[in-house]
Amino acid sequence: MSALAKPAPAAAPRRRRRGTESVRSWALRDRIGLGLCWAAGIALCAICAAILIFMAVKGLQYLRLELLVTHPLPDLDQSKSGGFLDPLIGTFMLTVIGIAIALPVAVGIAVWLHEYGRPSWLARTVESGIEVVAGTPSIVLAIFGLIIFQQHVFGFLSFTAQGDAVFGRSFLTAGAMMALLALPLVVGATREALAAIPAHVREASYALGKTKAATIRRVLLPGARKGIATGATLGMGRIAGDTAIVVILLGASLQMQHGDGPPGYRVLSGTGSTLTTYVFNNSPAGEGASPEKAYAAAFVLLLIVVLLNFAVGALGGRERRVSWGR
Amino acid sequence: MIPVRGPWSDRRVERSLGALAASVLLLIGAMVAFVFAKAWPSFSHNGLAWFGGGGNVDRQLGAIFDSPSNPSDWIYTLHAWPMLYGTVLLTAIAVVGGLVFALLCAVFIVEFAPERMRRVLEPAVRLLAAVPSVVYGLIGILVLVPFVGEHLIGERMKAAVAYVVQLDGSSLLVGSMVLTVMITPIMVAIVVDALRAVPRSWIDGAAALGVNRWRVVWTISVRAARPAIVAAAVLATARALGEAIMLAMVAGSVGFAPNPLDGLTFLFEPTRPLAATIVDNAEGLSVVPFGQTVYAFAAVLLVSSLALSLAGWAAKRPMRRYGLASR
Repeated sequence: MSALAKPAPAAAPRRRRRGTESVRSWALRDRIGLGLCWAAGIALCAICAAILIFMAVKGLQYLRLELLVTHPLPDLDQSKSGGFLDPLIGTFMLTVIGIAIALPVAVGIAVWLHEYGRPSWLARTVESGIEVVAGTPSIVLAIFGLIIFQQHVFGFLSFTAQGDAVFGRSFLTAGAMMALLALPLVVGATREALAAIPAHVREASYALGKTKAATIRRVLLPGARKGIATGATLGMGRIAGDTAIVVILLGASLQMQHGDGPPGYRVLSGTGSTLTTYVFNNSPAGEGASPEKAYAAAFVLLLIVVLLNFAVGALGGRERRVSWGR
Repeated sequence: MIPVRGPWSDRRVERSLGALAASVLLLIGAMVAFVFAKAWPSFSHNGLAWFGGGGNVDRQLGAIFDSPSNPSDWIYTLHAWPMLYGTVLLTAIAVVGGLVFALLCAVFIVEFAPERMRRVLEPAVRLLAAVPSVVYGLIGILVLVPFVGEHLIGERMKAAVAYVVQLDGSSLLVGSMVLTVMITPIMVAIVVDALRAVPRSWIDGAAALGVNRWRVVWTISVRAARPAIVAAAVLATARALGEAIMLAMVAGSVGFAPNPLDGLTFLFEPTRPLAATIVDNAEGLSVVPFGQTVYAFAAVLLVSSLALSLAGWAAKRPMRRYGLASR
């Protein structure tokens, strides 16, 4: 079994195209299978292209510069209902808050899992715990967040309505739950990056008399920076694209409404909306029912997500190449 | 190593990082406890009838929302079967359809695609996985739903079921189609990884016996990757179960259980899964009994996703044994 367990060599030779083998000699069954494979591959390309082209055409058709810089207004007349400045700011704020919470926690967890991981039963349980968090639907996370943040202890994070009820909806509470959404992605990417750092690098650091903690801080984390950035970017894409948490935990109010507290904090503890809820509310499913604006906002949203995705590719994302000289 | 005192001492770092990691478990525990504690009144008032059918769900939800303010008069009666059924139906159709599609795509990417096409396909898969669900929902509700409503559903079909439910295009068909497109890339990514991890020697061995490439892939690679295929299906199921926004937009937002006995009309009947119900009713959460009912939906989803995580973990075990797991 150990021979089987050995991974394929990293630079496996490209699978040879067997040009000499003629498909004509195949049994009919096999040829049908091959045809289905081609059909599936082409269909996937076609779906992807259709979505991209459709959104680009509709988006460029309806996107106006003033939409990006005007506040949304509640008005049935579409020429007066403003743009989506507030949702745009909301998306950025929420993404930043979410990743700012998720990043340190996730890196800490990944470092513990990979570098310490004792006792091993706890490490294994935490590992499956992360998977459970990854598998929990965001709508359930949102409901959980609402229940938690409506406790009186967390009253300072959001509005307190008259009658002492805590509203539980604000940028901070939504950001905290968004962090859970990004957490598994960052943990996974960081662990992969740590695993890619060869053992001799650690040993060299120990040999110089560094403690494990110092090694992590000065050697391993800088070495894993690329992987961490990849995870963070993936997480940001995930946060920017989520709607359920915003609907439940941010209130999805049209304009930003400030909470109470010191000036800067007022925004954070207030409610607002993001591009996702703006699209949702302006689609026929919501109240706004102005498809043009929904298309424009969806195009901007798609652009953000695609750019984040390209950033992952540019970061050298999934490849496990390490730049340690020997 | 010389023991260091101060804030960055080794033992202290290990302890605090360990505590941080363990807090994830605490969080999951808190999630289960809180959601269930909040949802309990809805379950306890209905008993097992909660999961059964009977009556119009939307009317029951309306009655709960309009409960009198006196806590002892709160109404909880709910038979959630149409929503449970809608969830299961949409998920099952999407996962079965998506699995076949994803398997073919993965085999194509790994084995048969010309180099140039592979270079297009891989980013395409990643992109499809990254598109926000609200964008899928928007395309569904503005393009597919009107198309189905105008061209595929005939007037006679509409008239035949008009006294039960209105057919306007937002339907099981559109919902499960868009859902399939959403979950396919997840499965493709996992299956591709597993197919690439199949040892070269196994494939060469089969090819040396004179089997053609399709048979080699089908009998060796796909069979060796079976645990990964199961794991992919489990993950996709979890994603499909929790999909709320897209289905709230596309599947019709009517608490109706599509009836397979209606023949072709079955596919065009609207439904509303649990997750979409939560989104649709986000405004009413401050009404206490109504909120508790909605929390009960979340509790059901939470239990199902926990069960799926467990199933996924079990499915991945044989992969680790053969060394085929990605990590």
